[in-house]
Amino acid sequence: MSASHALLEARGIGKSFFGISALEDVDFTLERGEIHALLGENGAGKSTLIKILTGVYRRDRGTIYLEGSEVSPDDVAAAQALGIGTVYQEVNLLENLTVAENLFLGRQPRRFGMIDRRSMRDRSKALLARYGLDIDVDALLSSYSVAIRQIIAIARAVDLSGKVLVLDEPTASLDANEVKGLFTVLRQLREDGVGIVIITHFLDQVYEIADRVTVLRNGRLVGSRAISELPRLDLISMMLGRELQHITRDHQAEPETIDDRGAPSIQFQNYGKKGSVAPFDLDIRPGEVVGIAGLLGSGRSETAFLLFGIDRADSGTATIDGKDVSIASPEAAIANRFGFCPEERKTDGIVGDLSVADNIVLALQARRGWMRPISSAQKRELADSFIKSLDIRPADRERPIKFLSGGNQQKAILARWLVTEPRLLILDEPTRGIDIGAHAEILKMIERLCSEGMSLVVISSELEELTAVAHRVIVLSDRRHVAELSGRQLTTDGIIRAIAGTGETEAA
Amino acid sequence: MIHARNLPFVTTLAIFVIAYGLCVLQFPNMLSTRVIGNLLTDNAFLGIAAVGMTFVILSGGIDLSVGSVIAFTSVFVAVMVGSFGVHPLTAFLAALVISTLFGCLMGAMIRYLMIPPFVVTLAGMFLARGAAYLVSTQSVPITHEFIDTMLGFYIRFPGGGRLTLLAMVMLIVFVVGIIVASRTRFGANVYAIGGNIQSAELMGVPVGATTIRIYALSGFLSGLAGIVYTLYTSSGYSLATVGVELDAIAAVVIGGTLLTGGVGLVAGTFIGILLQGLIQTYIVFDGTLSSWWTKIVIGILLFVFIVLQRTIIWYSDRRLAVRQLKEV
Repeated sequence: MSASHALLEARGIGKSFFGISALEDVDFTLERGEIHALLGENGAGKSTLIKILTGVYRRDRGTIYLEGSEVSPDDVAAAQALGIGTVYQEVNLLENLTVAENLFLGRQPRRFGMIDRRSMRDRSKALLARYGLDIDVDALLSSYSVAIRQIIAIARAVDLSGKVLVLDEPTASLDANEVKGLFTVLRQLREDGVGIVIITHFLDQVYEIADRVTVLRNGRLVGSRAISELPRLDLISMMLGRELQHITRDHQAEPETIDDRGAPSIQFQNYGKKGSVAPFDLDIRPGEVVGIAGLLGSGRSETAFLLFGIDRADSGTATIDGKDVSIASPEAAIANRFGFCPEERKTDGIVGDLSVADNIVLALQARRGWMRPISSAQKRELADSFIKSLDIRPADRERPIKFLSGGNQQKAILARWLVTEPRLLILDEPTRGIDIGAHAEILKMIERLCSEGMSLVVISSELEELTAVAHRVIVLSDRRHVAELSGRQLTTDGIIRAIAGTGETEAA
Repeated sequence: MIHARNLPFVTTLAIFVIAYGLCVLQFPNMLSTRVIGNLLTDNAFLGIAAVGMTFVILSGGIDLSVGSVIAFTSVFVAVMVGSFGVHPLTAFLAALVISTLFGCLMGAMIRYLMIPPFVVTLAGMFLARGAAYLVSTQSVPITHEFIDTMLGFYIRFPGGGRLTLLAMVMLIVFVVGIIVASRTRFGANVYAIGGNIQSAELMGVPVGATTIRIYALSGFLSGLAGIVYTLYTSSGYSLATVGVELDAIAAVVIGGTLLTGGVGLVAGTFIGILLQGLIQTYIVFDGTLSSWWTKIVIGILLFVFIVLQRTIIWYSDRRLAVRQLKEV
């Protein structure tokens, strides 16, 4: 237990779910009195790593040392007992209990075997006073704001564990003032020698509070650096990565202007929604692939939700072939021959227990309405033709789709929309969680579709993927469309600079 | 200050007091200790089972096996004592062990096989009822010196009422239940699981052990209710107490416990039981009403309480939203 040991050290951590690797050989070191930011895009493995350190998951490989001695927390209670406390973003505390009950759940002070409510109340008051909070601890937790609950959760975790505090997106639902209050608390804890791990996607906040960052990408460690030696540009390229340089589209040969592709067929003007995405203009020409780039939380998916009518725009107009249209719901979007493959394939995309064929005809049936069912012969024919043309494996249309691999599920969802012959197809992270082979096939398919005259909007956190397939890339930052890149400007470096550009001006 | 979450309990209490007052106005005899003593004795087995049900519902679950377990226990005890000449205490002990283990098993299935409590306890309901038939399909009378002594034991109230041993057992179970729910870590864990099982797990609540204990407790109390029922009717019959679990659920809900779990009081269930007993007593006093009026009134009360609970949740959500708007 000498001071030369790091507070918490993880070596070679590996974890896979159902044969799919979520973390591979990741190292992580946390010192005493350090605020350490853990960064990465969705699916990078941040949450998996945190859950392993805090005992929610069991690791497959690797070792964890706490103050130099090996530990192996089997569950949350064990991790807490070791001194590792966690505050999760949403699933947090219990609204049906009082503040005091929440603070002391599982470790209530007892007298003669009974919970000593008075002592619990007094200790709760004293505990919260350290965080500058003077509230009625006998009131229900649900009567307090998210910011106060956050402090209560931190107070509980620190009081319970005291050595390591893990915060998962603590600022996601706080306003600027509340964030400031939270950071004051965190700095105080840092002074006290607590090691703090913070997951966040707000880079400004990382630069404001963190001492060190560790970046994960696709379940692997990219690097761990002191924040003072890490320019924002380098950090973003660590997060988004740009080591793969297999560009298939030759942007250099393309004209700077793309007017020769013909007039835009779908136009969004001053389109936006308060609290979601600032108003933007977007023109999409037939056969064009428009990429959307930005960090997690920058408004990428929100833009897609607006375009597809999942979120209702509160400003601006949409026109198709010069005619004004209203896209106020997904039904309206489908009626206008739009298609959308969402990011969360498992929860928002596939209907796991239905067969591949049923999943493929789903959108077509929705457009036809339930009065005009698709005959089973027609369904078989459609399913078989797409299984063949997209090479969905196994080629068994009756198999429940949940038994297919991620890549084949994604192809089936693509097929679902292709059946409806859309004019605009929106793909949110089309290649996430898909193996390399399927990845290339999907990119090829995007090429083929646009050569057939379909327009595509592709959202991706893989910059090489965007530069490879897109004719134009819209860059988002802080829920605003900040740049549009095409032709020669369209490189991974260009996108990273565009993302960082606004970040730096905002920080200044 | 009354917490919003205790409002249903306070409402039930108020309704009970008012209803009792109205009954007494019409039939002054209903105030007598005789009536109160009988009410407690008549509902003793239901009250005991309802305490277990309260814990189950507080944790967000349901136990449909209660009535069947009561029937099984009563037949089991009657046959053991009546046909095999086992001492009643031994039979009681064996019955309690069986019903508790049965509860444990259901709890373990709910937790580790992740089967919804409704399904598991529905299966348990059929299983226990079938087992009761297996023991005997007859109504088995039970006579034993020891049992006569037990039934002969009571405390006399001023005014001629009797607090029987059965009523005492129920009151003790309620008192212990109230203490366990509000003053022990196990009780706090039950509320935590009912509030949000994921949060509870992330906060280090031993969800598995607690779930098993909850259903074991419900099984134990169903067994105890079965013993009390056997003493009450001096017989065991496998067709008895069909649907008692629903009466217990009704008492719990009328007592102010949210069916979704996490909010409620054991004391509320006691009032729920008294209210049901009061309605039955009123019908007996009236003499012209049929007994199904009990069901009708309880049905109406249930509706009222479900609506009331919804309204309270809606109202407190809105108040919170307004307050947060003001803070901004």
